[in-house]
Amino acid sequence: MEKRVVFQNRFLPYLLVAPQIAITLVFFFWPASQAVVQSVLREDAFGTTSYFVGLENFQLLFEDEYYANSFKVTALFSTLVAVLGLSISLLLAVTADRLIRGTMVYKTLLIWPYAVAPAVAGALWGFVFLPGPGVFAWLLGQMGVNWNFHLNGNQAMFVIVVAATWKQISYNFLFFLAGLQAIPKSLIEAAAIDGAGPFRRFWTIVFPLLSPTLFFLIVVNVVYAFFETFGVVHSLTRGGPAKSTEILVYKVWYDGFEAQDLGGSAAQSVILMAIVIGLTVVQFRYIERKVHY
Amino acid sequence: MAKVSLQGVKKNYGSIRVIHGVDIEIKDGEFIVIVGPSGCGKSTLLRMIAGLEAITEGSIGIGDRVVNDIEPRDRDIAMVFQNYALYPHMSVFENISYGLRIRGMSKADIQKRVDRAADILQLQPYLQRRPRELSGGQRQRVAMGRAIVREPSVFLFDEPLSNLDAKLRVQMRLEIKRLHQQLGVTSIYVTHDQVEAMTLADRLIVMNQGRAEQIGSPAEVYSNPATTYVGGFIGSPPMNFVPCKVEAGQAVLDDGTSLALPERLRGTPAGAYILGIRPENMHVAQPGQGAQFTLAVDVAEELGADTLLHGKIAGTDVVVRLPSTAGFHDNSRPSLVADMAQVHLYDRESGRNIH
Ligand SMILES: Nc1ncnc2c1ncn2[C@@H]1O[C@H](COP(=O)(O)OP(=O)(O)OP(=O)(O)O)[C@@H](O)[C@H]1O
Ligand SMILES: [Mg+2]
Repeated sequence: MEKRVVFQNRFLPYLLVAPQIAITLVFFFWPASQAVVQSVLREDAFGTTSYFVGLENFQLLFEDEYYANSFKVTALFSTLVAVLGLSISLLLAVTADRLIRGTMVYKTLLIWPYAVAPAVAGALWGFVFLPGPGVFAWLLGQMGVNWNFHLNGNQAMFVIVVAATWKQISYNFLFFLAGLQAIPKSLIEAAAIDGAGPFRRFWTIVFPLLSPTLFFLIVVNVVYAFFETFGVVHSLTRGGPAKSTEILVYKVWYDGFEAQDLGGSAAQSVILMAIVIGLTVVQFRYIERKVHY
Repeated sequence: MAKVSLQGVKKNYGSIRVIHGVDIEIKDGEFIVIVGPSGCGKSTLLRMIAGLEAITEGSIGIGDRVVNDIEPRDRDIAMVFQNYALYPHMSVFENISYGLRIRGMSKADIQKRVDRAADILQLQPYLQRRPRELSGGQRQRVAMGRAIVREPSVFLFDEPLSNLDAKLRVQMRLEIKRLHQQLGVTSIYVTHDQVEAMTLADRLIVMNQGRAEQIGSPAEVYSNPATTYVGGFIGSPPMNFVPCKVEAGQAVLDDGTSLALPERLRGTPAGAYILGIRPENMHVAQPGQGAQFTLAVDVAEELGADTLLHGKIAGTDVVVRLPSTAGFHDNSRPSLVADMAQVHLYDRESGRNIH
């Protein structure tokens, strides 16, 4: 049966959704349209006049080796964040699912990182990894590793991957745990009686039944790694050293606000928008086919 | 095939005591039904036999081994769950063959066994379907198929028919009985439905709050209930219980009606008891026979061949089952005699049968 609220007043429903629509218009559609407009304009050196250049901004972008580098960096970064984040949180969720006592404490602790703002998360991990006094740096120093992520590109990547993954684990964990708890216990018991050991049960029963959740989370994590990690990068590495951690969103900001190339930055935004729209379409397409197995 | 033995089996969840000690020796090939009301511990007992719950005290043996510490997969059992527990992402064929594939059986052997099970259960047309594309009855059969291809020594069933509609339940009940005759595998079957229990069982275990109140064949349990609880649980409508006093070989009801006890009960010491009598063990008094009591009928329920007459005897509610041809209805006052050979006396305190 369909549940419907019927409003007596014809204008009330519009009034009720108006704030949300206003916010979306002001903070999403308007800047998005501005980005599209900007992406075909170029400003003069003093930022006083601008003129139409067609797709030249895009053309320049695709010739820019730093942009290609940024793509590679982003691909590596988001793959690492998604793979690490998903595996660790799945492991944690499976553990939590098996716990009988202390589940609440465990769950609450795991959810905390999600409440931490990206920039704060970055700052926290900044302390841990700080070359010299940082705990991690000190530990590595003891083992004879020369640690300075401000100088070493791979170490810098490692640091932002850790910080970004740590923040996303809570979110993934909650979804995985909900997914696991939705699997009837009797299925696992039936498999146990059928002769499957714990690993076999996980790979042949639990994992396939979790695949819709997994797919959803892959998309969410990629989107997260692409777009929501600006704060982490900005507070930890600022894209460096030598642009080794300059992910796409960071480059948009850097080119626009530091290098003052508004047209190029806007063109990058438009490309990012296209990517996120693409990912969303994939996700909805898939989710609409409600039955996955 | 194997015998199963339970010795002093107890189960506690923390401080909650759920099973208080069950003993039974189940013979090879026997069909045992565990019956009792919701929450009495039937599933818990079955799951302990399956190895899905730890045993707090006592021991469980399957075949010649004590299985207390043996994993479910090594107990050589198969189980049918109430919700069927089919793997939703696998086809019927894959569901049925899952256990065989895990045990590394060859493809040809798997095919042979699945085909045989599918023939027995009429599942051939559905082998490539997913569980969600099947009706309740078909799913139930797949669950059975998954159990029988394994050719285990013991089958465990936990209310396998309770999700089916009444008609299908009767049909599947018959199929399970037929299957048992065909395969002859030791089976332990949990249900709260006493008709299922009576029709399927070689022997019944009637459970009440974690205790086995009576273990015996359906006929034994029905005609000679060990406690008032069993008499009230088995049989529909249940056994009637009327308070009485015994003195000098007579049971005297509260209104002074005096009934002569049969030979086997004549030695009962004087005192207060409960008289138990099944609804069908009271008959219309024949002319000249001398009625023992008159029933003030309150409501008559016609069932077809029989009519159930609800009323009072000596101030206690009773039900009497008479042939509909006797022609009684609401507000009738039939004169009745009790078949005293079929009555039982129960202790007022413990509810135990006095032999
Ligand atoms: N994990 C548990 N912790 C505590 N008590 C439990 C647990 N599992 C079951 N019980 C209790 O054990 C008792 C027996 O449960 P069980 O599931 O065996 O009942 P049942 O006879 O199968 O009932 P039903 O016919 O409703 O399935 C119940 O009172 C239940 O509350
Ligand atoms: Mg149960």
